[in-house]
This record gives sequence, C-alpha cells and structure tokens, in this order.
Amino acid sequence: MTGILAASGPVIPDFGEASSCVQDNRLFCPDWVRDNWGPVLQPALLQHVKLVVIAVAIGFVLAFAAALVARRSTWFERPFDLFSALVYTIPSLALFQLLVPITGLTVTTVEVALVSYTLLILFRNILTGFRSVPADVLEAARGMGMGSFQVLRRVELPLALPAIMAGVRVATVSTIALATVAAFVIPEGLGRPIFLALRQFFNTELIVTAILAVALALVADGLLVLAQRALTPWTRIKAGS
Amino acid sequence: MDADQGGLVIADLSVFGDALRFIQENPGLLWDKTVEQIQLSAAAVGVGLLIALPIGIGLGHLRRYSFVAISVANIGRALPTLAVIAVGIVFLPVGFTVVLIALVVLAVPPILTNAYVGVSEIDAETIEAARGMGMTERQILQRVELPLASPLLFAGIRTAVVFVVASATIAAIAGGGGLGDVIVNQASYGIEGVIGASILVCALAFACDGVVAIVQRLVTPKPLRGRHVDDATLVSEPL
Repeated sequence: MTGILAASGPVIPDFGEASSCVQDNRLFCPDWVRDNWGPVLQPALLQHVKLVVIAVAIGFVLAFAAALVARRSTWFERPFDLFSALVYTIPSLALFQLLVPITGLTVTTVEVALVSYTLLILFRNILTGFRSVPADVLEAARGMGMGSFQVLRRVELPLALPAIMAGVRVATVSTIALATVAAFVIPEGLGRPIFLALRQFFNTELIVTAILAVALALVADGLLVLAQRALTPWTRIKAGS
Repeated sequence: MDADQGGLVIADLSVFGDALRFIQENPGLLWDKTVEQIQLSAAAVGVGLLIALPIGIGLGHLRRYSFVAISVANIGRALPTLAVIAVGIVFLPVGFTVVLIALVVLAVPPILTNAYVGVSEIDAETIEAARGMGMTERQILQRVELPLASPLLFAGIRTAVVFVVASATIAAIAGGGGLGDVIVNQASYGIEGVIGASILVCALAFACDGVVAIVQRLVTPKPLRGRHVDDATLVSEPL
C-alpha cells in the first residue's frame, strides 16, 4: 500500500496551451510560474500569511496572559507547561483531523490547532523573559514609587523583550511550516499547491511552492529580527560601545 | 472566506465512538500500519543520530563553528515537512527511500544543535580541571562532556523523535506507509478510520516520547537526574 497518489501515474496538466516544458514536466518551468503566480501562488501565499499571523497573534495573547499568572504563582506554571507540552507532542495531521468532528472543515479548526502549537514555545520564552529581570531592579522600580502595572510596562517588558522576541521568532517560523498541513483540512495556504502538484507529480509547482514556504519563513524571521532591533535600541548601543 | 461555514457545522461527536469501534474491528490493519510507522521513524531517527551526533558533539568539543549549529537549527525549523517531501519527490521515485531521506533531513537539526549547545556550554573550568588531571581529549569527551551534556542531548533527541513521528504521518502522501496511510485515505477507510488512526498516532507519539524519556533516565548519571532541561532550540535562545 503506497497511498492514493502513488496508484496513478504522472498526469501532467494540459490546459490546451501548456508549453513544451510543462508538458514534458521538466524540472523547472519559469513560464508556468509566470502564468500561475496571479491565479495560484500569490493567493496561496497571502492565505498562508493570514493563517500564521492570526495564529501567532492569538497564541501570543494566550501565552502572555498565562505567563503573567505563572510569573507570580508557581502552582500555575507546571500544569500549563505540561498541558502545552502534551499538545505540542500531538502530530499535526492527527490534531487537525481530531478537531474536524468538533469544528468542521473550517478555518477555525486550522487556527485552533496552529494556536495550540504556539503555546509551548511562547509561554516558556515569555516566562523566561520575565524571570530574567533581576530582583533588585524590580525593587528599585517599586522604591521609585511605580505601581505594578507601571513596573510591568516600563521595567519588566523592556527587559524581557529579547527573550519574548526570540519566542515569537521560533513560534512564527514553526507555524509557517505547520500551516502547510492545513491544506489537509481546508483548501488554503501553501500546502494547497503542493497537494495539487503531488497528485500529478508536477515538478515546477512542487519546487516553487516549497521554495516559497521556506522563503516566507526566512523573510518573517528577518523582519522579526529588525522589529526586535527597533524595539530595543539600547541593546545595540551596548554592543556598539 | 467561503471555506468557513462554521455557523452551519454542528459538532458530531459520535464519530469518536465510531472511531473506537473502527480500532476494535481492524486490529490487524492498524497494527501493521503502526509497525510500519515505527520502523520508518526508527530508521530516520537512527540515521539522523549517526549524522548529527558526531558533528554536534565534535563541534561542541572544539567550541568552534557555532554558526553551523545555529544555522542548522534555524533552517531546520523553517523546513515544512510537506515542502521537504515535495522537493524529494521531484528527484526520487515515490516510496520508502524518499520519505526516509525527508525524515532524516527533519531529524538532524534538533539533535545536532542540542548536542552542540550541550557540549559547548559546559563550564570551561570543568574541562580545564579534567585536562589538568591528565585526562586525554577522548577521556574528557567520554567521562566529562558527554555525561554533562546528556540532558540537553536527550532533549534534542526527544524533539527529533516527536517531530519524525508526526512527519512520518504526513509522509504517507508520498508512499511512506504507516498510520498516515489511513488518515489521508478517507475514501477507503471512512471518517471513523481517519479519526481512529489519528487517535493511534497521538498514542504512538506519546509512547515514543515516553520511551526516550525512560532511556534518558537510565543513561543519565545519578547526580544529574531529576534536572529538567528544555530543548535549546525552543527556549529563549536567540539562535
């Protein structure tokens, strides 16, 4: 048994006007990419970005709230950490399928799964960030008359930011990778073209989509590094002097 | 977004009952698929260990070329399983080999990076003391570095195992076999088969994670036991 796809031989898409490159299914056909960027690749890329942004944003809010609670009360840290580690262990394809009877073949199913996978990384990193703030710094801030919200906003958050951003980077990049699996459930994201191309063993589409997925992850990571630098100018000054 | 018809879908939880019945009624099929997936995953992790451990430990011992370990972790995280399989299929025929190669590619980064971080972050004075006692480089590696690095090393192996078992499920679309075969083949096995196999895949992932944890406990020197170490590639390392 090799699955449904292996049973059929290569069937190359022929829309009547396919170039000889596409018809021969050569390794890479630039003309196909040019013709299908608008109708196929760009929409898939944008859907992918949307899936990831929503998942990381929701995951961040949940993990941040959980870390705020766990920062003070250790009884909360262990159970939440165990829970998110347990979810993290579930294979993505299985989690997507197990959610289908509950939330259907919908974007909700995909987002619930993607959000679940971000929790472990974000929670641990945000908490590590908060814990890295030295106790005497907190005491000094309180001694200056800051309230607990002020301490959080003006002292703890800036100091925890590098660890938090490291977590956001890891979560974003791994969610970009995971979101390709969403195509098993809904016809969206970069997994979709890979799926269609797998059905026909169409080389160009397989290669282009794989490159797009990896490139998206690297670009997102790069943008987050730039954002982190912009948000923490003092770390650069220290490094420069 | 027209795919979202959330309001109309009513949760039908009876599927989970049907799924359990499917598991009961098809023990032979599911057992074979489970064994297939274990074999495939074990082979991938095995090859991954053979490649990643010597490189990671070696570079960690030298405390150089950290950019190699760091880039491997970064690139590894950015590689979607589906994309690795897609590119593999372009160059190799569908089947066990292409899936094995894809899984090895996915298994190497967490093992290599954690081995590197585990060995290279051992206190330099500890190593110096060992050298001062007259230990050879080989002895330092065997008696000092490996035991001290083993918690992080195993954290990497656990990540790799969980990742490979999950990816092996997806790899069914490229003829890898395993429980994923049932999950991606709703036409033959029905929704109860898909859900049933998903449940088993979860159980398999937890079991594999547990087995590595037990092995880790058995090989960790007593004084180091009980320390919980998280995967270095996941936690606040601005890698």
